[in-house]
Amino acid sequence: MNKSTTPPWQAVVVGVSMGGLEALKRLLSALPADFPIPILVVQHMDPQSGDGLATILDAFCPIRVKEADAGEQPLAGTVYLAPANYHLLVEPDGCLALSIDPPVNYARPSVDVLFETAAEAHGSKLVGLLLTGAGSDGSRGLRTIQQRGGHTLVQDPTEALAESMPRSALELLKPDAILSLEEMAPRLLDLAQYSPPKGLKPTRLP
Amino acid sequence: MPTPNLQHVEMHLLLEGVFQMYGHDFRDYAEASLHRRLNKWLAESRFPGFSEAQGPVLRDPAVFQTLLKGLTVHVTEMFRDPLAFKALREEVIPHLRTYPFLKVWVAGCATGEEAYSLAILLEEEGFKDRYRIYATDIDPEVLTQAKAGIYPLKELQKFTQNYQKAGGKAAFSDYYAASFDLAMLEPRLRERMVFATHNLAVDANFGEMNLVLCRNVLIYFKPNLKARVLELLDASLAPGGFLCLGQKESLDTTPWQKGYQEIAPRSRVYRKRYE
Repeated sequence: MNKSTTPPWQAVVVGVSMGGLEALKRLLSALPADFPIPILVVQHMDPQSGDGLATILDAFCPIRVKEADAGEQPLAGTVYLAPANYHLLVEPDGCLALSIDPPVNYARPSVDVLFETAAEAHGSKLVGLLLTGAGSDGSRGLRTIQQRGGHTLVQDPTEALAESMPRSALELLKPDAILSLEEMAPRLLDLAQYSPPKGLKPTRLP
Repeated sequence: MPTPNLQHVEMHLLLEGVFQMYGHDFRDYAEASLHRRLNKWLAESRFPGFSEAQGPVLRDPAVFQTLLKGLTVHVTEMFRDPLAFKALREEVIPHLRTYPFLKVWVAGCATGEEAYSLAILLEEEGFKDRYRIYATDIDPEVLTQAKAGIYPLKELQKFTQNYQKAGGKAAFSDYYAASFDLAMLEPRLRERMVFATHNLAVDANFGEMNLVLCRNVLIYFKPNLKARVLELLDASLAPGGFLCLGQKESLDTTPWQKGYQEIAPRSRVYRKRYE
């Protein structure tokens, strides 16, 4: 049974680059459709790549996956992907925003932009995950999340397809945990104090 | 959290002062990117904080100009979102071709890439001297750059790819001359362009346009300012005219939805209905 106390988290933010499609498939497919915290994702991608990623992940995962729209209020049970060639930001009131400001760390969308604005909006009520990727985007943002009291998780670089993004974060901060991709979803369910509706399995594994 | 709150108060006061002193209204801009821009400007300025910057910004127009420039950064490309330009060429141009004269407004033209893209498109579609492009922006300094039509040569590779994906009919190199690390667009492309300062947040509408491009501008605005600007764009558009928004902007769930028809699903190109 779900408790009447809501988990303290207002959002989960995820940053991922090279190796992201596989990582996101594994992470998001292990979450239930009624996961109680909105999830915001920046995946580096080609500026021209359209909205194919959201379509693929939505078809593959029990949880709803869509491209973020400017001004929308993020909901539980939904994953919002940054659109190709736009930064995804969080307004102080928690609503989503988009911009075509210059690339940050050579990336648009940039993980740092999402992480820093989410940290500003949600303070200690934010969970940040940095996964596989090349480059160093996301390190500073993850540190900002930690400085604001949020919970920080980094994928173990030794098992990441591309290790430099998680490794560069570990050079900048000591996260709350370094986890394998397999361990990420259970940790999120734990943080969310998720208990599945009776008789249903919490996850649908591929 | 006293620290971020203090900074928000300081930013708010600065923007309020800027509005009262200079008439530029950033008070209803979406905050996350505005705050990032303000912080970037502050970090590059000589001021330790927004309160310290406030006096100089309000008293010295030259300092204000640096702030205005920092707040209105717009990065654009020629033929950004090539498929949108392809849709313009294939779906909109056939309608516009029937007009004796075409008036086009590029609202928020920044350094002019989009206006020049349109000029190339109209030239290739045979409009010759039957059109005028009004290119406006809030920042006079970017308009100076737009008028010059000179871009870093390293950008041209991307512009060329975009142009080809957008259904370009010529060799893109026909449209510019390279010199050292700069590319100068053909001067004839701007013969039919008018550049002017215009502030969507406070200025009035712009006359009977047949085609209005306002792309990736509305995403920077809060709902009430977005509504004001849509009203202004609507008032500037002749019946049967076309409105092009950015890929992540839409008239859905706005009061203007009924008055427009999207020419293809998710094209973000809308045709204003005849009443």
